[in-house]
Amino acid sequence: MVAGSFLPLIVALALAPLMQGVIIRTKSVVAGRQGQPLTQPYWDLWKLLHKGAVYSQTTSWIFQLGPVVWLVSLLLALTLIPFGGFPALSSFSGDFIVVAYLMALGRFSTVLAALDTGSSFEGMGASREVTFSALAEPALLLSFAALARQTERISLSPVLTAISWSAWAHSAPTFSLTLAALLIVLLAENARIPVDDPTTHLELTMIHEVMVLDHSGPDFAMIQYGSALKMWLFAAIIIGVAPPWHRGGPWAETAVSLAGMMVFAIATGLVESSMARLRLLRVPQLLLVAIVLSALAVAL
Amino acid sequence: MSQVINSLLVLLVLTGFTLLGSSRLAACIRAVGFQGLLLGLLAILMQDGKLSAAGVLLPLTTAVVKGILLPWLLFRAMREADTVREVEPLITYNVSIIAGTAALALTLWLGQRLQLPSEPPSSLLVPAALFTSLAGIIVIVSRRKALTQVLGYLALENGIYAFGTTVALRLPVLVELGILLDVFVGVFVMGIAIFHISREFDHIDTDKLVALSDVG
Amino acid sequence: MTALLISLLLFGAGAVASLVFARCDRCLRLFGAGGIILGSVCGLVPAIQVALGAVPQSLRIAWDVPYGSFYLRLDALSAFFLVPIFLICALAAIYGTEYLEAYRERKALAPPWFFLNVLTASMAVVVLANNAILFLMAWETMALSSFFLVTFENEKQSTRQAGWTYLVASHFGTAFLLVLFVLLGKSNGSLDFGRFNPASSVGALFLLALVGFGTKAGFVPLHVWLPEAHPAAPSHVSAVMSAVMIKTGIYGLLRILTFLGPMQAWWGWTLCAIGLSSGILGVLLALAQHDLKRLLAYHSVENIGIIALGIGVGIVGLSRDEAFVAVAGFAGALLHVLNHALFKALLFLDAGNIAHATHTREIDRLGGLLKRMPGTGATFLVGAAAISGLPPLNGFISEFLIYLASFKGAVSLGAFGSVPMLATISGLALIGGLAVACFTKAFGIVFLGQPRSECAEHADEPNLAMVAPAFVLAAGCALIGLFGASVVRSLGPLISSVTGLQPLVVAGGLAEAANSVERVALFGAIMIAMAALLSLARTKALARRQVSMGPTWDCGYATPSPRMQYAASSFAQPLTASFRMLLQTREVLTGIEETFPQRAEFHSHTDDPYRSYFFQPLFESITRTMAFLRPLQQGRVQLYVLYIAVALLVLLLWQIA
Repeated sequence: MVAGSFLPLIVALALAPLMQGVIIRTKSVVAGRQGQPLTQPYWDLWKLLHKGAVYSQTTSWIFQLGPVVWLVSLLLALTLIPFGGFPALSSFSGDFIVVAYLMALGRFSTVLAALDTGSSFEGMGASREVTFSALAEPALLLSFAALARQTERISLSPVLTAISWSAWAHSAPTFSLTLAALLIVLLAENARIPVDDPTTHLELTMIHEVMVLDHSGPDFAMIQYGSALKMWLFAAIIIGVAPPWHRGGPWAETAVSLAGMMVFAIATGLVESSMARLRLLRVPQLLLVAIVLSALAVAL
Repeated sequence: MSQVINSLLVLLVLTGFTLLGSSRLAACIRAVGFQGLLLGLLAILMQDGKLSAAGVLLPLTTAVVKGILLPWLLFRAMREADTVREVEPLITYNVSIIAGTAALALTLWLGQRLQLPSEPPSSLLVPAALFTSLAGIIVIVSRRKALTQVLGYLALENGIYAFGTTVALRLPVLVELGILLDVFVGVFVMGIAIFHISREFDHIDTDKLVALSDVG
Repeated sequence: MTALLISLLLFGAGAVASLVFARCDRCLRLFGAGGIILGSVCGLVPAIQVALGAVPQSLRIAWDVPYGSFYLRLDALSAFFLVPIFLICALAAIYGTEYLEAYRERKALAPPWFFLNVLTASMAVVVLANNAILFLMAWETMALSSFFLVTFENEKQSTRQAGWTYLVASHFGTAFLLVLFVLLGKSNGSLDFGRFNPASSVGALFLLALVGFGTKAGFVPLHVWLPEAHPAAPSHVSAVMSAVMIKTGIYGLLRILTFLGPMQAWWGWTLCAIGLSSGILGVLLALAQHDLKRLLAYHSVENIGIIALGIGVGIVGLSRDEAFVAVAGFAGALLHVLNHALFKALLFLDAGNIAHATHTREIDRLGGLLKRMPGTGATFLVGAAAISGLPPLNGFISEFLIYLASFKGAVSLGAFGSVPMLATISGLALIGGLAVACFTKAFGIVFLGQPRSECAEHADEPNLAMVAPAFVLAAGCALIGLFGASVVRSLGPLISSVTGLQPLVVAGGLAEAANSVERVALFGAIMIAMAALLSLARTKALARRQVSMGPTWDCGYATPSPRMQYAASSFAQPLTASFRMLLQTREVLTGIEETFPQRAEFHSHTDDPYRSYFFQPLFESITRTMAFLRPLQQGRVQLYVLYIAVALLVLLLWQIA
């Protein structure tokens, strides 16, 4: 079972960039292009890891520590996320609070690294990042509270195990509302359309990408890999809530979840190809909607 | 069955929030129309298997009138009045949504306290119905355009209708038809009024009707 | 108890010596600071012993004051508050020896040393007093000595104004406490704490305590004095006031709760509501500030709110017989008292270093200080992460406990009972997110980037006495973050004395909570190790490659200048705009008009909404309605003698009639 307990972490570490690849590929296909190979994100990381680096004279050790803390906090958060039929590597009462706050730590470090460059663009991105995530935080924790109330458990692995078809049949509105809230949080936290456009690498990119303009080489690889892990983390929670597949043993469940992740990636790609970015001023409203949805989910 | 009813009621609440948070007139009209369809569906589902011809036809008529006919009328009014297709609220959308959340909390609390002659088929029904009415009131109070006020009035009426399905499942057919006709005529008259106001004054901004006052 | 008495005497000796040697600068530093440091060390020994579970001690000396007695008692609750008081005051004294040097030419330094000694002693007596008269006397001494410390720079108009506000607010609170203790002692004619036994109107007593102690603690809307007084005081005094003095309000509230018998659910609801409004409004107002010390002062309001949330959740749990919710809620609140003392003192001392080095507290005029003041910067970073509640530091541990209690309550209590729990969860989440925003702003704008003004460019690290205390406090933050579980377990006797739960039940709840805390701490340790390894690997990898330095790329800006950097007010603008309903930020923007615009200006200012929309109108209307009494005040001695004579005559006549 030792292998099983490490499985969710290993799958995440191995396949998170692939998920990015699937999203990008879907968008290319929809746009009528052939697109890059699915493994391109891995090659990008490999290339970045073997490069040198350029640092701004303005920066200090904070700038170099930022990507490290970002990656470490996401790696640790992933050890708390179950996947498929396997519980997470570590599981204790209140572990989802730790997940939320580890991501806050990651954000804290990247925001400081962005401010360390003294650049106005990066300051702008940093400001928006903290704004939107401050509003996303209540939605995230209230969603967890809704799931906890439904399943009467306060740890992520048991919560996701307890969600079954019969639980869905019993309280479908709660789960679907939670799912919708989590989806909005995912979009905001991972800087996806309609909150932010992750593909433009210039000043048009408003939030996450603009914060990392000055990172290069291995530092940038850590940031990119961390972003992929973060996307995987949220998607894994969402796929854990729906579909609640508990049949045919843990391996079969894992296979179903993996398929679910890929479907999710393709769906993300489709949404990004067909939707425009929201006006910036409307993003807080979207997050407010997420809070209302999760509050409604708890109230039911 | 109760899961389906619950889901529909949640949808009703969410439509209320759409009405509060949306900036497009068209989206608001669709939201109110969708509420009408939902109400028709709810009224059929709540009869719990004992279906009669009147029990199906009447909700169907309601759904058609509220969900298709009235939105069509309103879309026409919007086109003819040729107004800016934005809601133009007096308070921000965020505040509207927060007010909606407060209203929802209030109605959830009221739903627990309210003593009804008969047990409603779902504990969510009373809150959802009251919330829809309150959302309508918020829209009437906080929006500038005459058209949005009609929308608010319709939402208010939708809420009352939803509430009515709980209190008396077998409301005399005549009364129900009467209410329906009332609403229809009301919207019709308002549509004409809006059209004329906009022709006379180039806008349908109720704020500016103050200019007509003798006192001012 | 002897050690504590000696420690009080040492504070007294320090106070007297500072007056006697007022002329001799070195003696002042030696005796003024020496009294506090020696006294604190001496007092820390018994305090830590009792806090860790030793038997409570007491001491009673007969006293000629009616109803009063010099009755001290050191139990788990007092010991828990006494430890941070001694610790922070000692560190502040060390810091003060250097900090006050900058004022040597202009100011007499004897008064601040005298009053700091008195303040330390009075705080110690406040938490030790076991008699209402003694308590109130110490309470008042504490208020007055801190008033004189706040008005140290009394040549400034703003400081005098702040001192005045503080004095009024302080006495407003004390008035409620006076009534509270009279009512408590009425039933059995004794004002000794042990003999309070109120039977009726417990709710009214709770409300009196809430207002009286809440004013000192800084609950919204009674917080208005706090953001005025704390920034005005010298930095080491701000640290003492923010870190430990306002906590005496929390101590008082908890102490009164032990007298009132079984706690009622609505007290918990009230405290949750107060905690939410204090927490959210505190952090929002902090976000909108431009003055570093004012920002920190508003964060004290926020953290007091978090403490109130913990107590509120605990009380609700207690009233519904949910032992774990009660225990974890109170444990979180108490631990946060200690944690906030550590990181808030740290941040205020660092803010003092910044003010000392740059002569400004305006955040938008600073920048790039990390390279010029490495020690101050590193410790400020630790404090910022801790106050934002981030793992692996101490702030996360206490917030985690409050979360844990609320989640447990949300799961096990019914639809109605879980409302305060869910409100606490969403409130804490919002506060946490906003705190991250606020402290990335504070640290990022002050310490990172390039200097935004002359004064920041020439900043230098102050000497050891002003930097070392911050390192001690930062170490404390890290230690509690990594070994929080043992602190949590040691809270057993304290929580069972406050809640009245069986010690075994409390120990069970604490063990369960400590279990999770242990895992969190393990995560923290792994995190530090992994970050170290990864940094090492990164450095190793880069050592063999080409690493070059250049200007900030910034999408190809050729000559970025410091003035182009993002400013603190712009950083906070999206959030202050989102919450403009609450904040009412005033913005002045001179628009760009010509084709080649010459100069544009932008100012934003955020007033305290309660101050400008509630208290100011209130006091103005009082002034107006009382205006008819003005003519009585003529400033002539003869007239006052006449008033007294007339008053006596009237009383005499009344008595006879």
